[in-house]
Amino acid sequence: MSFLLTCPHCGVREVADFAFGGEVSVRPRETPTFRELSRYNYFRRNVAGVQREWWYHRSGCRTWFQAERDTRTNVVLRVGLPGELGAELGVGP
Amino acid sequence: MPPKPGERIDRSTSVEFSFDGKKITAHEGDTVGSALYAAGQRTFSRSFKYHRRRGLMCCAGQCPNCLVAVDGAPGIRACTEPVREGARVEHMNARPSLGVDAMAITDAAGPFTPPGFYYKTFIRPRRLWPAYEWVLRHAAGLGRLPREQAERTWRTEYRRRHADVLVVGGGDAGLNAAIAAAELGADVVLADEGAELGGRLLWEGGHDHARKLADRARAAGVEILTSAPALAHFDGLVPVWQGDTLHQIRARHHVYATGAIEQPLVFPGNDLPGVMLSGGARRLLGRYGVRPGNRAVIVTASDRGIRTAIALREAGIEVPAVADLRAEPSRACSRLLSQGVAVLNGWTVVAARGRREVRAAVLAPVAAGESHGQDREVECDLVLVSGGDSPASALITQAGGRTEYDSARGYFRIAEVPPNVTVTGQVAGEGSFQTAQISGEHAGLQAAHALGLGDNRSRGRAQELRSRLAAADRGAEAVPPAEVPHAAGKAFACLCEDVTAKDIHRGIREGYDSIELCKRFTTVTMGPCQGRMCQLPSVRLMAQDTGQSLEQVGTTTARPPWSTVPIGALAGRPFEPAKRSSIHGRHRELGATVRWAGDWRRPYDYGDPEGEALAVHRSAGLIDVSTLGKLLVRGPEAGEFLDRLYPNRHSNLKPGRVRYGVLTSDAGRIMDDGTVTRVDEMSFYVTTTSSGAGAVEQWFSWWLADWGMDVHLADVTQAVSAVNLAGPRSREILTRLTDLDCSPEAFSYLDARHARVAGVPCLLLRIGFVGELGYEIHFPAAYGEDLWDAILEAGAGEDIRPFGLEPQRVLRLQKQHIIVGQDTDSESTPFGAAMPWAVKLDKEQAFIGKWALAHAAEHPATTALVGFTLDNGHVPTEGAVVLDTLGHAAGQVTSARSSRQLERVIGMAWVPAELAQAGAPITILDEGSRRSASVVTEPFHDPSGKLLRS
Repeated sequence: MSFLLTCPHCGVREVADFAFGGEVSVRPRETPTFRELSRYNYFRRNVAGVQREWWYHRSGCRTWFQAERDTRTNVVLRVGLPGELGAELGVGP
Repeated sequence: MPPKPGERIDRSTSVEFSFDGKKITAHEGDTVGSALYAAGQRTFSRSFKYHRRRGLMCCAGQCPNCLVAVDGAPGIRACTEPVREGARVEHMNARPSLGVDAMAITDAAGPFTPPGFYYKTFIRPRRLWPAYEWVLRHAAGLGRLPREQAERTWRTEYRRRHADVLVVGGGDAGLNAAIAAAELGADVVLADEGAELGGRLLWEGGHDHARKLADRARAAGVEILTSAPALAHFDGLVPVWQGDTLHQIRARHHVYATGAIEQPLVFPGNDLPGVMLSGGARRLLGRYGVRPGNRAVIVTASDRGIRTAIALREAGIEVPAVADLRAEPSRACSRLLSQGVAVLNGWTVVAARGRREVRAAVLAPVAAGESHGQDREVECDLVLVSGGDSPASALITQAGGRTEYDSARGYFRIAEVPPNVTVTGQVAGEGSFQTAQISGEHAGLQAAHALGLGDNRSRGRAQELRSRLAAADRGAEAVPPAEVPHAAGKAFACLCEDVTAKDIHRGIREGYDSIELCKRFTTVTMGPCQGRMCQLPSVRLMAQDTGQSLEQVGTTTARPPWSTVPIGALAGRPFEPAKRSSIHGRHRELGATVRWAGDWRRPYDYGDPEGEALAVHRSAGLIDVSTLGKLLVRGPEAGEFLDRLYPNRHSNLKPGRVRYGVLTSDAGRIMDDGTVTRVDEMSFYVTTTSSGAGAVEQWFSWWLADWGMDVHLADVTQAVSAVNLAGPRSREILTRLTDLDCSPEAFSYLDARHARVAGVPCLLLRIGFVGELGYEIHFPAAYGEDLWDAILEAGAGEDIRPFGLEPQRVLRLQKQHIIVGQDTDSESTPFGAAMPWAVKLDKEQAFIGKWALAHAAEHPATTALVGFTLDNGHVPTEGAVVLDTLGHAAGQVTSARSSRQLERVIGMAWVPAELAQAGAPITILDEGSRRSASVVTEPFHDPSGKLLRS
């Protein structure tokens, strides 16, 4: 895996500068059932396509941000700080 | 040979090196291969399986035939390795010598050793496999790595380079592309595997032209990398290896001008020394002034061989016959015919004869098939083969390009490339001198245009070049037959792995009838040439046997690396970053045994771990704990933020108080632990484990980003140093250095105070990881040595001793204080780890791990963490198995030490939950022997905590 990623603070960097935080998932708001909890803890959608994911600029400004990346091509469509990317995938702020 | 213009060697110089102990004299500019050939060496290696003699074939670093060891490093291609004064070159894969190789017996045994034979033969009886294996391992393989190596002194570096255009291949097309793109303003990098730019131009008479092009490229600002093969194409990143540097080049547009690879032909004896590719002979002649032979038979599928014949004759080499696979003579053929050379159109070679070297070639008409009526044997010492030019498309397919079979030319051509890739020159089928140049310039313009550069003039020029390309005459080529049906003798499809045409037939008969299966069964295309020489022949053989078209057979996947590269070059700079505390220099002076602890270099002990631990019990000790992770958490919502992260409560902590906290994941598992100190209403000072510092900072900032709370986070791990002053006399020692009231009433257990110690501003925490009265003192790192010295000096009268990590481990074990990651693993919850008090399920916040811990509280785990003692002095290995009552493995020992203070062996272990009661007997299986131990659930030392609170 090798591509460029744009940190919202620092700009374009090699992906090796960053730590991957996995796909963005929603933490249950209310007390979940055991099944819901297990799904949240252990299951991932693992899509072949565009997914929203967390990235951490480990070797830079140490900011967590989100990116929308096509997992098939490693093309990063959008990046933004949490909340900036809107609710829907692929729809810009 | 007499000097020729354009040659690479400098005849006024001389370089000496040794080959198998023999002195060889060469010129500057020679390669090991050219120098050895000039000195009369014809056998360069012994083959992989049959130990047959192999000589120079491609002279371009493509084939496996000239692999040698240079100064102990195996697997180096002699034909491209520049000569170095004093280099020690040795042959590989032959014992006792290249001339006499005992293993050559396998050649005669050939009929009995088809592919896969050793799997089938040596598997029975099973118990003999270790013996078979020993023999096979020694029989197989090529090079030999030294058993032991001195510490690596070779400095290698990565270099990241971002460019507009990367051109791979510095031949006619590549150079023209680089110049065209650079002249339109693009930032261009050009990488070529050769030592000098120009590619084929250099040995085919275009050296002046090549030099002019290279000068133009430099003048246009192209960054030129020579002796720099491109290794792969990964998502737009192309690693280019050049000596000590791995350039990681990321370009917006890629131009591949990788050329083509001249193909061998499959016929019996096609591996004899003296059978060479036509390009190999031309390189020897044109670059190094070496006469490849005296009498050369040439077999060719295109004009390339014809041009070779002309060049050889000009150099005074006899050419008794030229077999041209094409039925119709080309214009170049006619020229050769007019010089009186026998050009046999529609003929090919059906065998090379000779024992050590080739001494004759047998020629026959292609159409003759099995009938041998017209065979003609021609004496010679050189057979030059040119079986067509297969595009070097590996990098292009890695970039996402697709190939398809071109039946007119007999090879897989590039059919499709991704939008940011352009192919040009021979790899794109534009191999003539005229079209290479036009297609190169066109590719450069195209690349620049794709990047938004250029103007109407340049677009007009591109248009003009396109029409010139369309009108160009590319000459005819013949498609060589898969193999020559002929009598006995090994006809090799793959020289690297010694796979014959017969082996491929056999593989297909056994059912390995797809090219990928055939590759895995016979190992064809898996050797050092990576399919350069064997891909096309094996595809042809398979198509012939299975009746499929070549398109249907397809090719194997071209995986990185495309060129042979030392692992060391991929490893990057050989350095291990080490963290050292600000007091590290003192530890060294005090004779500390320094060891790795995560990224840190830490004093393991100061020579007497037992004595150091005893000093903490009896008087006082001082340990450097600067490695602890340290975070400042500030803001109006800091308390709530911590309440959400920790299973226990911190928002109700009073300023000046300290609380222990364990961090859990949402699965309820222990991630880290440490202390939380409330410094003032808005600020908390959080410590983490030494190894967890980075992860905790990352964890905190992640949740902060998600929750968006009014909290500010600062990692002060490197800025703040810390020492732990511990022991019954620590209070007296501290009092001498500070005005702070250190009385038990004014500064009691779990209090935090700001004060100056020896003049240094400090934050003092009264906590006791080691189980005695103690003060953890945090202060600006710059004062590290000053404060360390001041405390040791103040305690000199009490016999204070510095203590290291090992005594600290014994001391904390005596208190059953866990070390996260040592006593816990990724499955441990605070309940299992006997810390239910660290979890407040009644807390209002849905803290991280709450739901899972609520579940865990109702469903106790099957194992629990407890202390244990052993009476007989045996210290169990950490990791030893704890057995349940039925004798099954049910847990493991996580820590164990012999304690001088307690005079017994103590430890911690995960045991079956029903045995987690004081006094329960447990059995430990330690490396085969069973030991009885008994469970202890409260601290071994000072169970009531009286000393700690004193």
